[in-house]
Parts: sequence; C-alpha cells; structure tokens
Amino acid sequence: MILSRKLKDSISSKWMLACLSFCLLLPLAIGSGLVLKSLPLLQSHSLKELIFSEDWFPSDNQFGFWPFIVTSVWVTVLALIISIPLCLLSSIYLTQFAPKWVLKFMRPVIDILAGIPSVVYGVWGLLVIVPLVGDKIAPLFHQDSLGYSLLAGAIVLAVMSIPYILNMLLEVFRQIPVELGEASLSLGATKWETIKHIFIRKGSSGILSAFGLGFSKALGETIAVLMVIGNVPQIPQSMFDSGYTLPGLIANNYGEMMSIPSYDSALMFGALLLFVIIVIINIIFRYIIYKSELI
Amino acid sequence: MPSTIELKQETEVKVESIPAHVPIVKIDKLNVYSKGTHILKDVSTVIPKNKITVLLGPSGCGKTTLLKCLNRLTDLYPDLKINGSIKIDGEDIFDAGRDITTIRQKMGLLLQRPYPLPMSIYDNIAYGLKLKGIRKKKIVNAKVEKHLKEVALWDEVKDRLKTSAQRLSIGQQQRLCLARGLAVEPEIILADEPSSALDPISSKVIDEEFLRLKSDYTIILVTHSLRQAKRLGDNIIFMYYGEIVESGPAEQVFENPQSKILQEYLRVGH
Repeated sequence: MILSRKLKDSISSKWMLACLSFCLLLPLAIGSGLVLKSLPLLQSHSLKELIFSEDWFPSDNQFGFWPFIVTSVWVTVLALIISIPLCLLSSIYLTQFAPKWVLKFMRPVIDILAGIPSVVYGVWGLLVIVPLVGDKIAPLFHQDSLGYSLLAGAIVLAVMSIPYILNMLLEVFRQIPVELGEASLSLGATKWETIKHIFIRKGSSGILSAFGLGFSKALGETIAVLMVIGNVPQIPQSMFDSGYTLPGLIANNYGEMMSIPSYDSALMFGALLLFVIIVIINIIFRYIIYKSELI
Repeated sequence: MPSTIELKQETEVKVESIPAHVPIVKIDKLNVYSKGTHILKDVSTVIPKNKITVLLGPSGCGKTTLLKCLNRLTDLYPDLKINGSIKIDGEDIFDAGRDITTIRQKMGLLLQRPYPLPMSIYDNIAYGLKLKGIRKKKIVNAKVEKHLKEVALWDEVKDRLKTSAQRLSIGQQQRLCLARGLAVEPEIILADEPSSALDPISSKVIDEEFLRLKSDYTIILVTHSLRQAKRLGDNIIFMYYGEIVESGPAEQVFENPQSKILQEYLRVGH
C-alpha cells in the first residue's frame, strides 16, 4: 500500500517533467525544422541579401524579404499604437471606477470578441474598414488610397488584439491590493495620482507582458490582415500604402508555384524570419520587464 | 464665522472640565450601513489630543470601519451608506465642499501589513511631500532623513535609499510606512493593528515609537490584543457589534469595567 503510493508519487513528478520537456522542446524543434528547410535557399543566397534586399522576383531567383519584414513590423506597431491606449484606459476604468456589474458584463463580451474567428474580422475589415480608409480617412490626410493599406490592416489587428490585451490588463489591475491604493490616498493623493504613480508602476511588469503578448499575436496574425492589406510586395511609403506581411506571403503561396526552384525553401525562410522576430521581441520585452522589476 | 465661535466655546468648556484632554476628533451619531447590514450603530465619541486612543474589540465589531471613516477611505466602497458627523479640528469631514486630500493629509495611516509603494525607499517618503508641492531637493532630502530617523530606520537604510522598498524586511517596511505617513506632517496617526503581522521585536519597536510620538501626534490604534491596549492605551474605546459599549481613560476601563461583555473580554484575554 505504502509502496504503491510512493511509486505513484515518484512517477507523477516524472510525468510532469516529461510534459514540460515536450513544451520546451517544441519551439526548438520548430526552429530547427525551419532552419533545415530553408538551408537550400541560404546556400545559394547570402543572408544579408535575403533580409535587406527589396527585390522580390521569385521567377528570377531573387528573394528580398525586406518589404515583408517592414510591412509586418509596421502594421503590428501601428495596431498596438491604436489598441494599447484603448486597453489601458478601459482596464483602469473597469477596475477602478466602474460599478462591479459593468466588469461582470464586460467579461463575456471580451470572451466573445476573443472567440470570433479571424476570417470574420477580415470580412468586416474588407466591408467596413477598407472603404472607410479609402474614402474617408485618406482624403483627410490628402492621400490617395484604395483602402487596401497598412492602416486598414492595423485597425483590424488592433480590434483583434483588444480582447487579449484587455483581459491581461484587467488581471494585472485586479491583483493590485486595495490597501496600496488606500496608502496612497491617505498620503493625500487624488485617485488619478494614485493610478498614475502607484497602480501603473506596480503593474508595470504585467502591463509590459500584456503588450509583448499583444505584439506577438498581432505579428503572427495572418488571414484578417491578408484580406485588407493589399498584398503588394513593396516597402510602404505611408500608412495608406499597400503592403504584404510575412504570414500573408506564406499563407498565400505555400503549395502553389512550386515549379519555381527554391520557392518552397524561401517560404520556409520567411517563416524562420517570423520566428526569429518573435523571439527577439520576446527577449526585448523580457529584458524591459526584468529592468522594471528592479525598482 | 459662527462655527469658529461655536468651536471656541466648546473647546473652552472642555478645557475647563477635563484639562489636557482637548478633543481633536468628535464623532457624532455615526451610522454606517452596507447592503442592509448595520456596521456602525449610533457611534458618538470624542478623541483627545496627544493621547493614544485604543479601539478595542473582537474581530468584525466595526473598529476598522470606524478608522476608515475618519479619513474617508470609505469613499472607495460605494456600497457603504454613511450618516452622522465626524469633526476634526471642528470641521465636518463629510461636508461636500471639503477637499478630501487635505483632510487625508491630516492623518497618517498604518495598515495591518506594510504596503510600501512600488518605488525606492527614498521615494516612498518623498511621494507624500511631492503631493504637498514640496519639490526642492534640499528640503526633501532633509525631511527624508528626519522622518527615517524618527522611526529609527535611518541607520539601517541610509546607504541604500535608492533601492526598492520591497527588499526591506517586513518590520522595516512597517516602520517605513510609518515614516511615510509622518512625512506629510499629520496631526493624527491612524493605525489598524499595525503590529499584527510583525515579529515580536519589530512590533515592540512600533509600540515604542507610538509612546514616543504621542507627544506630537494623536494616535488612534485599532487592536484586538488586550496586552497592546494595556501597554499603550491612554484612552480606551471598547466596541462590540458596531456599538461603543464602554469608553474612557484606560485605568478606569480596565480596572472597573461596567458591562458584562467587557468583563468577559478582559477575563478571557488574560
């Protein structure tokens, strides 16, 4: 009896370790798989040329990824610029000012927003945001735009990332003890001063990880952006220009045009680039979070 | 104008009848309700200046609620309904026109557990000063040093003022919280079981601080520890189920308890 309990005890932790190792090995396996698959391309082209060249002519064996990298990063940053203030202010309002029932009401709303398939956001972007950008917003800035643009992609992405970022921020602000607010108020701070100096500071590492996760999610989003951004392999000169994101490139072309030599390998290299960008961004965010926790 | 005259007369009467017991807080018919529960029932009392007044009573009797009414932290809980009056230096804190931040700066708050602000040791103290508009570095530096010395923390932290306050031990944190409260130069210190989370030595330091500070401040201390009440209290307010059962000078309350419930509390507490 005792023996079997002890046995179960020792096995249980081993199983958990096995599961953990699997989770840890997964990114490693994916990364190395991508490297292996893109090796043929890397053998015939220099890394510098692949990353920084603007010429994307697969039929001429020219694979410059710079336009895709620029578009991907730009549309993601633009999306976060739109969604971060919205999420930050809403989460502060919901946790600090709104009556409790509003927060209770918002939770399922956020879950529903998160659960909408991205293709639905894409259709919405196509029907509403693209014409809005082309007919209303671009003329405001004296720009000509068909609407299929970075801005349209960014707006759709911003809306899609709101539920994720908002949900995490709500959790961050909910975990700040009430007493910390009481301490600040009792020193004569107003509510706004307390939020600005104490709550945001206390939650800074959580807030930053919310942004980091939002960035990774937005960078990898494929179908909704692909539907509204125009898919032109060029370096966009303004946010009203069309672009082509890395995920869009892969999704649009994989399995097609395989007659072109090294095309398959090039797409895999695109995936590898995406993977590397996400890893770099995560490391940067981790570093900032680590720095912010020292205070 | 009439109110100041009124206050003057009141004060004079008090000074005549019980000298050295100048009231600083007057609570009149204070009632607090939360969603149908009557938390404080017709609480009326006077808190004398430069004394340690102990709010004594079993858990859940409304001590903390009473304390939070005093600096209107009750504003944070929209479910609470409050009527009655609390006058501090003769001014009703529930008057709609009152600026709540200046009322709160009259009172330093010390909670059950220390909650250092998420910043450096130095900034924890400078925060309240900045809110008061004191920004000159020289003055802030001097005040930080003065108040850290006041709570006997200066020697322990003077070489690491810019490091995070979270890294201090819990006893040091609690003394820092006291210093941060003193820095805004309050008249009253509100303390809600300030040593309940501390080890005996840190808690003794806090107790000694209070005894020393009472010459400059009025201290209102919530506790359910009889020992602490006896050691520190000049004035005792014993509460039970939201009511003040008995109150008065410590010797009188402890030596000659009138109510059955206080007699029982004193007997069990020993």
